[in-house]
Amino acid sequence: MGLKLGVPSKGRLMEKTFDWFGARGVTLGRSGSDREYAGRVEGIDGVELVLLSAGEIPRELHAGRIHLGVTGTDLVREKLGQWDQQVEELAELGFGHADLIIAVPQLWVDVETLDDLDEAAAGFRRKHGFRLRIATKYHRLVRDYLRSHGVADYQLVDSQGATEGTIKNETAEAVADITSTGETLRANHLKILSDALVLKSQATLFRSRRAALTPEERATLSELVARLDLD
Amino acid sequence: MPNRSPDRARVKSRAALLRAGFEQAGAALVEAPVLVSAEALLDLYGEDLRARAYTTFDALRGEQMLRPDFTVPVVQMHMEGGAEPARYTYAGEVFRRQEEDEARSNEYIQVGFEIFDGSDPEAADAEVFARLQHAVSPLGLKATTGDIGILMAAVEGLNTTEARKRALRRHLWRPARFKQLLDRFAGRTPQPAGRAALLAQADPFACAGPEIGLRARAEVEARLEALRADAAAAPIPETEVELLEAILKVRETLPYALEQLRDIAVDLRPISGAVERLARRAETLAARGVDVDALEFEAAYGRTHMEYYDGFVFGFVVEHRPDLPAVASGGRYDALTRELGRAAGKPEGIPAVGGILRPGLMVELEDGLWA
Repeated sequence: MGLKLGVPSKGRLMEKTFDWFGARGVTLGRSGSDREYAGRVEGIDGVELVLLSAGEIPRELHAGRIHLGVTGTDLVREKLGQWDQQVEELAELGFGHADLIIAVPQLWVDVETLDDLDEAAAGFRRKHGFRLRIATKYHRLVRDYLRSHGVADYQLVDSQGATEGTIKNETAEAVADITSTGETLRANHLKILSDALVLKSQATLFRSRRAALTPEERATLSELVARLDLD
Repeated sequence: MPNRSPDRARVKSRAALLRAGFEQAGAALVEAPVLVSAEALLDLYGEDLRARAYTTFDALRGEQMLRPDFTVPVVQMHMEGGAEPARYTYAGEVFRRQEEDEARSNEYIQVGFEIFDGSDPEAADAEVFARLQHAVSPLGLKATTGDIGILMAAVEGLNTTEARKRALRRHLWRPARFKQLLDRFAGRTPQPAGRAALLAQADPFACAGPEIGLRARAEVEARLEALRADAAAAPIPETEVELLEAILKVRETLPYALEQLRDIAVDLRPISGAVERLARRAETLAARGVDVDALEFEAAYGRTHMEYYDGFVFGFVVEHRPDLPAVASGGRYDALTRELGRAAGKPEGIPAVGGILRPGLMVELEDGLWA
């Protein structure tokens, strides 16, 4: 079957991943038409390219259905319990940088830090009778972060997209989301809490600790690791 | 993972036996649904509960949780028309997410005993403790007790603003945040950077964005006002903070702990009532045959457990095995009955104390599985 390498199936993340491997003498590409999700690998034998949605790569690594995978650290830590026992970080690829941050309306001149957010949440709950809502799709990461920083009286509401708009729509009071430049946040009249960097993420090559390897696949893995200068 | 658990039938029959013991003590047998409304639980315990409980969903009822404990459904049931005083027992599975430790069960049987009776709270505390201790006595477990009520009384008695007391009360169960607030209110640590500058601005809203969201400008203004009042308030006297810290350090057998707390109460009078309740509880425990001279008391015990234990707390654990969960535990949760009572038109709640046993762990310990 060969050593399975999972790579995001479209967009900049795919292209940059192809570039990163290409610069190290391993050519990845899509076979056939642009619409076909089949890949090819040149420059090393025994490696099979599996094109997947970046969001599914953590799950596939965890299940051991792929041996290697490229995805964001944010997704791995959000989706996998005890992530470092499921996967090993082989290399940070130097692109796909994004910070998971917490942002509130610029109107909230009294809120600059997590401390302030905690107190504002207490006041909000007293006044409105429910917990201050933070819209996010990174439930585990944000919850762990807020718990370890002793923030109370909030609740997370799920938002899978257009998260910055939830505040204006009054379905949330604050957001926890990925940002690279902060442009979208500013356009939506939001500001980032000064001390609430939940996670710095970038595209990373992971190895599954749970995928079984045949002797041939093991040899291929060693060769690939050497080729990519990761040993 | 190999299933090391003893035969399920043995655990269930042990659970039935324990429950029958509580029925003999006058407790009415109650059942609870496995699926409980997520809304009430989340409102009570907050988002942290999601890390400990399983949430499920259907398009009609919305979010429901696999019950993480029986306390909330039993209190809800009682508030909706239980006669008082009342005592209840139950046995059944509870479900806990275990994302950090694969070895811990995510499904196990609890047997519980709860007393709703305000006539003599210390006697009720002692009865629950003594009955659970009796149930686990052959296992040679280590018992620890505590009393959150003493810490609450100490916060109440501080010479400071109501807003500061409220902030400390709110974070009683989050020790790190509690300490941070206490240090700031005592003037040991400076005000957060930028706060003085913010409060000094002629128009703090000069750079504010447009009004969006449910938290209105008036709420922001109200908090700025509160911050100004806080900045003007005198620090909590150092002597009081030291007394509060002395309370948190009390960790002795019960008679010595009582002695230390009485010494502290000489200088911190507002805790006297709570300390004397502890003394009365010790007497009733002794009258029930509990060896109080050997009973451990930690003033900070139970602070990191679930919120809403607000008085007597206790746990029975296997000594030198901090990796194992408590075999039995419980405490007083008057505040929880007030929270849940509000929905049922009984905001005054009812004094309540209870505890749970884990028959599965008990059988495993008897089998020597954890030796």
